[in-house]
Amino acid sequence: MLEQLTAKLDFQSNALLLRSQRQQVLASNIANADTPGYIARDFDFASALKDASGMNSAGPKQTDTRHMSLGSRDPRNPAMAYAVQTQPSEDGNSVDLDRERANFMDNAIRYESTLRFINSNVKTMLSAITGQ
Amino acid sequence: MSMFSIFGVSGSAISSQAQRLNVVASNLANADAVAGPDGQSYKARQVVFQTVPMGGQGDAGVKVQDITESEAPGRRVHDPYHPSADAEGYVTHSNVNPVEEMVNMMSASRSYQNNVEVMNTAKSLLLKTLQMGQ
Repeated sequence: MLEQLTAKLDFQSNALLLRSQRQQVLASNIANADTPGYIARDFDFASALKDASGMNSAGPKQTDTRHMSLGSRDPRNPAMAYAVQTQPSEDGNSVDLDRERANFMDNAIRYESTLRFINSNVKTMLSAITGQ
Repeated sequence: MSMFSIFGVSGSAISSQAQRLNVVASNLANADAVAGPDGQSYKARQVVFQTVPMGGQGDAGVKVQDITESEAPGRRVHDPYHPSADAEGYVTHSNVNPVEEMVNMMSASRSYQNNVEVMNTAKSLLLKTLQMGQ
């Protein structure tokens, strides 16, 4: 019973963790905007969330509840990739500052919206528990 | 909360950019310096940044790895009556290029601002996270 109540919260907390992880990666990219040879990093949020919440259709499926779960990955360690370079620079740095800043703001707002979803979820659960 | 490490990452970037700004300031201050009696003029300095891993996955801070001195020849001006003039009547100034330094300064201050903004955003997100469920 309680599991049904908190299942949604689990998904949202995975999303929140991944958002904070991505925020960190983007902050590192912005910090290294002037470092020669630095290659910008990022990860695909959608597939990382699918991985973390075990919804990835391409991955192994759990056909029995007694099987060990293979699909779930740690949301704090998403599969990292290198961001595609749009304008190559002489010093080998591949940070596109405009893109990184836009991504950073976008991610911040999505983080906040996930927070609001969690908050309203908690409020719904509380009102269900207290019955008011 | 893993987002706390943003402060470490951006903080290291800010201190590196501040050091770069310091170097630019001393270059600009010495732009017109004339070589002393030993003939050695001020050499323009430049910081070299390096990425430092900060523990977590994808966390990359910045540090100043080295400060290099420019090997460009100093600016020579013909001024035979100057006390520091050499036998041919030339005075050697420092090899600082003020235009280059101004561009460097703008770039450093922009990067500094960017990182401050990143920290501000991270701060407000963390504060909102603290108020979760209230």
